[in-house]
Amino acid sequence: MNIPANLKYTKSHEWIRLEEDGTITVGITDPAQEMLGDLVFVGDVKVGEVLSAGETAGVVESVKAASDIYAPVSGEVTEFNGELDAAPESLNGAPYANWIFKMKPANVEDLAKLLDAAAYQAVATAG
Amino acid sequence: MSTSASLVALKRTPLFDTHIACNAKMVDFGGWEMPLHYGSQVEEHHQVRRHAGMFDVSHMLNVDIKGNDVRDFLRRLVANNVDKLQTPGKALYSCMLNPQGGVIDDLIVYFLSETHFRLVVNAGSAEKDVAWIKQQASATHPSLTITPRRDLAMIAVQGPAARQAVWSVWPHCRLASESLIAFSAQVEGDVMIARTGYTGEDGFEIVLPVCDAPAFWSALKTAGVAPAGLGARDTLRLEAGMNLYGNEMDETVSPLDAGLAWTVDMKTARAFIGREALEANGKQRAFVGLKLLDRGAGVIRAHMKVVTPYGDGEITSGTHSPTLGFSVAMARVPLAVVAGDTVHVDIRGKLVPALVVKMPFVRNGKALVS
Repeated sequence: MNIPANLKYTKSHEWIRLEEDGTITVGITDPAQEMLGDLVFVGDVKVGEVLSAGETAGVVESVKAASDIYAPVSGEVTEFNGELDAAPESLNGAPYANWIFKMKPANVEDLAKLLDAAAYQAVATAG
Repeated sequence: MSTSASLVALKRTPLFDTHIACNAKMVDFGGWEMPLHYGSQVEEHHQVRRHAGMFDVSHMLNVDIKGNDVRDFLRRLVANNVDKLQTPGKALYSCMLNPQGGVIDDLIVYFLSETHFRLVVNAGSAEKDVAWIKQQASATHPSLTITPRRDLAMIAVQGPAARQAVWSVWPHCRLASESLIAFSAQVEGDVMIARTGYTGEDGFEIVLPVCDAPAFWSALKTAGVAPAGLGARDTLRLEAGMNLYGNEMDETVSPLDAGLAWTVDMKTARAFIGREALEANGKQRAFVGLKLLDRGAGVIRAHMKVVTPYGDGEITSGTHSPTLGFSVAMARVPLAVVAGDTVHVDIRGKLVPALVVKMPFVRNGKALVS
């Protein structure tokens, strides 16, 4: 399984990248897309919504099932990747090149609570 | 995201090792460890619509019923009328009802001879079916022998190129199976080739001895038939407007409320189990197809609420249709709802408009809903 070392992760299979402007970019991991199967819809993300860590930020749906995606830290949703409307399957092909939403964290220090690649690898391997 | 629970004491078909070798993702389906997909459920779906795919359906059970008065027994056991079966090899789709008119299972009856009929039943219901059939036989037709055939495997080869592929692998069966019309079968020893399926495409369902199944599967694969899993099987059958036991109907649902009135034969006075209840209760709900009108709202799923001007209904099955590119569903709704109406589906708290349409959605590779 592909788990890049330069990203942060959640137990609920989101990946997180801290940008230079202090925002974070969030997507779903390779093990996540693998478990979900062919993705056919990504949405329900509300730009401007203020969420606490662990709250539902949106949904990804495969042919098989719907699965919520969660805010990795507390903060405000600032952007949704509209390209996914037409091409949700791009998350299957390149899960780390295609992001789902961006957030402005309430506290950048919260990022320290996220998993690193090794810790996430252990979560993903345990299933 | 949640991950699946570990697999505990699941049953395996004779093709289990073959699936693992084909990189299948295995899941629990009615107590059986079965392939969900071999990489991409959507690709497998398209393979079946455009060329040919194959499904291991060995978890389903062939039940042979033999004896002098099989036909008479089946006249009472199932809701469709086995007297429609007059040519050996002919098949009939039917429900087997309980006295309350609920569906114990849906099945296919094959007429092999006047002393030998075969039922093919669902995997998840197989044990209760056999117990029910034996119980009924002991009461009225004790001389019949009822034999579950776990010594037989079953492979469905489906798609526009399916029959050609089977003949390329088994040239000896071409002569006998080429003339088969839809919903009929040809039997040679323990091999049965039936022109049936669960995808809305042409093809065969082939019953064969367990020991021969892996080699036959491998030969078909070499001939270009794509292994396809339960995931594709579900989207294909839904597009084809075919019911799934446990979703569209169960022991609490009348076939009349599951779009299966066409399989219930009340033209003659035949006394079949469940008839009195069906006549007393009549049809209480409409069973319809739905097309989601707002593509940006997600996918319709089973158990979602349907809001109509005449009251609420419920989704029985829903998915993203790979052939059509939008979400379609089956729903049980108030009787007044008809094709052409717009209803609303509650998708995660949002009421999303959906058009009531006639099923099937897709047949023989062609979209019937746009």
